[in-house]
Amino acid sequence: MSVAAHGDVAVAAANFIFPNDLHVHWSLMIVLYPYITGLVAGAFIVSSLYHVFHIKALKPVARFSLLFALAFLICATWPLLNHLGRPERALSMMLTPNPTSAMAGFGYIYSAYFIVLLLEIIFIFRPTVVALGKKATGFMKVLYGVLSIGSDNVSERALKLDHKIIAFLAAIGIPMACVLHGYVGFIFGGIKANPLWATPLMPLIFLLSACVSGIAGIILTYILIMKFSGKEIDVECVQTLVKFLWGFFILDFVFEMLELFSHFYMATHHWHTLEALYSGPLFNTFWVAQVGIFSVIPFFLLMFMSLIRFKDSILLFFAPIVSLMILMQVLLMRWNVVVGGQLMSKSERGATTFHPMWFEKEGILVAIIIMVAPVVILWLIGKILPFWMDSDSIKA
Amino acid sequence: MIDIKKEIQKDRRAFIKNVLSGTIAGSLLMVIPAGAALDKRLPEQLPGMRGDDSPFTEKKFAFVVDVTACIGCGSCCVADKNEYNVPDGNYRTWVERYIIDDHDEVFVDSPNGGLDGYSKPRTDIPNPVRDTFFVPKLCNMCEKPSCVQVCPVGATYKTEDGFVLIDKDRCVGCGYCIQACPYSVRFLNPVTRTAEKCTWCYHRVREGLLPACVNVCPVHARKFGDLNDKTSEVYKILREPHVISVLKPGMGNQPALHYLGLRREVV
Repeated sequence: MSVAAHGDVAVAAANFIFPNDLHVHWSLMIVLYPYITGLVAGAFIVSSLYHVFHIKALKPVARFSLLFALAFLICATWPLLNHLGRPERALSMMLTPNPTSAMAGFGYIYSAYFIVLLLEIIFIFRPTVVALGKKATGFMKVLYGVLSIGSDNVSERALKLDHKIIAFLAAIGIPMACVLHGYVGFIFGGIKANPLWATPLMPLIFLLSACVSGIAGIILTYILIMKFSGKEIDVECVQTLVKFLWGFFILDFVFEMLELFSHFYMATHHWHTLEALYSGPLFNTFWVAQVGIFSVIPFFLLMFMSLIRFKDSILLFFAPIVSLMILMQVLLMRWNVVVGGQLMSKSERGATTFHPMWFEKEGILVAIIIMVAPVVILWLIGKILPFWMDSDSIKA
Repeated sequence: MIDIKKEIQKDRRAFIKNVLSGTIAGSLLMVIPAGAALDKRLPEQLPGMRGDDSPFTEKKFAFVVDVTACIGCGSCCVADKNEYNVPDGNYRTWVERYIIDDHDEVFVDSPNGGLDGYSKPRTDIPNPVRDTFFVPKLCNMCEKPSCVQVCPVGATYKTEDGFVLIDKDRCVGCGYCIQACPYSVRFLNPVTRTAEKCTWCYHRVREGLLPACVNVCPVHARKFGDLNDKTSEVYKILREPHVISVLKPGMGNQPALHYLGLRREVV
């Protein structure tokens, strides 16, 4: 055979990876980081749908989703700090930031968002906190005093001002939530050296999957908490959440597939690497799990649940299941992007492997702890601030 | 009796004095860098570098690797590992072996980064071998370095004289630069837990010495010099009509590392 036509030689014949590409640097922790911030951004969007866009049906979960967002936001930095080689220097990112680095923005965006979320919670809960403070004694009384920011004025005029502030905070909170998570997408999307990451669609996909995971998280926790505490579930609210979940998921799934299809159709030299990745190391986690099981099935389930009015019991049976599947889909998507992108060697001739261990610094056990922590924090917050508007504690 | 006591007292004082002065002198000897003049005793390999502490703004350094000359002995890798005490499994520089069979299939490997040299031929090539060559890799010292762009704390920076370096006392070990480098020349040092890469031996260059790998190459496959010096070898090579390219030119990083006789199979 004579010399191959130009281009043919580029086909990978042997699995060669650059010596420094053997190790996957961004581990489970960096899979969790966008997952957690996504839940935060998505939960905030749910709250804003009520507070800004006046979707009245979402009133029951409007307050809860803010507390949900807070609990996860508190833990958002944990995986990052655990991942850093030098966590003691983490604050350098804020004190001496490099303006051209996408990562350097995290500290500022995170802090600003934290402040907005905290302020929003304080103003929304102020009347409740004042009422609770009057009944409380000892430490709790002091705590409620602090949370009411020293004002027990719940006159109509004061509450009207509160509402204006709440609407303002919720309104600036939406772009901020979008920035928080779109920016996380850009951390990956801006890396031109990695063909799986380098796409302008990446921030959009991250943002949409964030909305999806947040709504799913709210549906799941709302139904579970209500079931276990024996309270009545607002079916109208669940139905509305399911519809929004379907809507956002359509966009999310379409863009995820569009990104892949564009690569396939344009078939630049990057596609050879990506094709090998999707048909090889990522076949199970991407095609079978993320797309097949956890996207296609929930897609149709959500479609039926949105278009057909089922009996309440059926809706309330399938809503948590489909939410759990969506949460899995987003987690898998994070895994396939973060880990998958690093499996391809920049040699364009092969892929490495990654198997997280149970008991290592960034291992599975630590990952589970970091995912359980926000749930515990949420439970603790629930001890101080009531999740539900019509909670007995306020009525009494 | 009293005299003896006095004598002992005297001795004790003298003893303590001796111990003290000995300790101080010893510590000072350890602190004062006795080896500082070592480099000066070596002949200057890069003209006009000694005694110039200013940034080399007048100079434009370039690295040229001659793919047609490299014999894959691994001397450069050994020199590099010794120079920087590079932890096993991480590579500031490495040498790749390319084999093309007569079916045009390309086989690439780099066992242990080529550190042990390629003394044995590959036995798993199914067809007769058409061509084979070695490609040394190292930092590309990009004109537009991705690593500098993404470093969140400015620990990776470009010096005025065009070297991309890492301040290990500032690096937070996030690994973003490792993701961003198109050439995979970076790694996280497991000891310092900070990013590390080839520096083109900046410390040697400033002392007028060639990078360690260039210094040891037995076949002169690695060349280093100043492009503004019209008598330098790298200037002449890049001026003359050779087959010259950089790695992944499409990335737009504009490397200062050039390859003489680079083949299209090389990524």
